[in-house]
Amino acid sequence: MIPSAFDYHAPGTLVDALALLEKFGDDAKVLSGGQSLLPMLKIRLAQVGHLVDIGRIAGLEYIKEEAGFLKIGAATKEVALERSDLVRTKYPILLDTAKVIADPLVRNRATVGGNLAHGDPANDHPATMLALGASVVAQGPKGERTIPVDQFFQGLFATALAPNEILTEIRIPVPAAKSGGAYVKLERKVGDFATAAAAVQVTLGAKGEVTKAGIGLTAAGPTPIQAGEAEKFLTGKMPDDATLAETARLASQAAKPTADRRGAPDYKREMARVLTMRALRAAVRRAGGKV
Amino acid sequence: MSTHKITVTVNGTARTAEVEARLLLVHLLREDFSMTGTHIGCDTTHCGACTVLLDGEPVKSCTVLAVQADGHQVMTVEGLEQGGKLDPIQNGFWQEHGLQCGYCTSGMMLTGYALLQRNKKPTEGEIREAISGNLCRCTGYVNIVKAVQHAAAAQQ
Ligand SMILES: Cc1cc2nc3c(=O)[nH]c(=O)nc-3n(C[C@H](O)[C@H](O)[C@H](O)COP(=O)(O)OP(=O)(O)OC[C@H]3O[C@@H](n4cnc5c(N)ncnc54)[C@H](O)[C@@H]3O)c2cc1C
Ligand code: FES
Ligand code: FES
Repeated sequence: MIPSAFDYHAPGTLVDALALLEKFGDDAKVLSGGQSLLPMLKIRLAQVGHLVDIGRIAGLEYIKEEAGFLKIGAATKEVALERSDLVRTKYPILLDTAKVIADPLVRNRATVGGNLAHGDPANDHPATMLALGASVVAQGPKGERTIPVDQFFQGLFATALAPNEILTEIRIPVPAAKSGGAYVKLERKVGDFATAAAAVQVTLGAKGEVTKAGIGLTAAGPTPIQAGEAEKFLTGKMPDDATLAETARLASQAAKPTADRRGAPDYKREMARVLTMRALRAAVRRAGGKV
Repeated sequence: MSTHKITVTVNGTARTAEVEARLLLVHLLREDFSMTGTHIGCDTTHCGACTVLLDGEPVKSCTVLAVQADGHQVMTVEGLEQGGKLDPIQNGFWQEHGLQCGYCTSGMMLTGYALLQRNKKPTEGEIREAISGNLCRCTGYVNIVKAVQHAAAAQQ
């Protein structure tokens, strides 16, 4: 299958890329790893006049801690997260997430920025970024702005990015001591999108009580879901079995999944509960707590 | 619709072509360069039959534009054999009966080859993980895993 015709642009700088987006407006789209956009163009679910490839812009691929944040360049490939010692040792929730995205071949091209900018509630990074309290940096003609991820996802395939903006960086606050997180996904086979999945990030206090909790759900509605009620319930409590079970139940209440080949809404909501429970346990364990 | 003059180094040789922006890398290889060892299976980014190495990493060439490969290195199955000698990965597939119909084989071998480039002694689990984006509808994977192990042992 061949996409319908378009013009291809390969700007060497962000400034040039932004100028192209400004010039072509709605008729242009950013091309990053292409692992969502090219399949959509091929089956003609999407059509564009101009593709602006950001893959030749230097300096958009990095993973580093700086000024209290883990900063990930938007064009960083999933495989780079998988191979990063910093991610493996300090951000295992990100490794959990990257490892279950698509398959290894797709992960050699797919980028973290693209995973968020695509605005697909079935993508795996959004829930994790919600749990981590991340922000994204968008560059536009008027300069740079920072958007918290909890304000980023606005609808099915719709984000807070304007057509003339490029997502350049993801910022994750460096977690406090005694923090841990996990991402647990149910998929039918390698390369499948989630039937359900849950991301949990917690910080524990001196007595082992939960001082901070972030919970995100994948494939649980038209946008990635932040389980605010569940987060509120867990905060301030000891993470004993009964508390975690109630937290997981509350999280599943926030899920509004729809029926598809992966299952019926009731089944998916129940899976969201089970997976949240597993993610809670793993997160507390990684934070050094007992479960 | 823009057209572009591109240069792609395929199996060590720089090749140029004048292409439409929408041309996929797999079609550049098969149709412009007449290298039909790279297959098209699903054409929807699922099967890995179209796997080639782009700058050494296995990717699905049905989901890369030819223009994106401009200035980059591509390795196809045709690049495995050197001077009439099979690469250890090819020999492994032969010795261990790692194929039946052969449709997935070029992709499987390139993925296996790339794995062995960065991990000389992969475990069975690491091999299975590495080939998890390449589908085989014939072998049941057992002999494919053995083929990669055969190649790993031969390279020790
Ligand atoms: C077979 C298959 C299975 C998959 N399974 C999963 C899965 O299980 N989980 C999962 O999370 N994903 C999955 N994916 C999606 C994959 O991870 C995508 O590649 C990813 O969501 C998009 O990243 P990309 O870099 O390829 O973006 P592209 O395809 O290049 O772009 C996607 C969209 O985001 C926009 N965009 C990209 N980057 C930017 C930017 N920096 N600024 C502004 N806009 C931008 C593009 O304009 C486009 O609209 C799968 C894909 C395939 C083909
Ligand atoms: S033909 Fe490319 S993944 Fe199937
Ligand atoms: S040998 Fe037939 S698909 Fe693998």
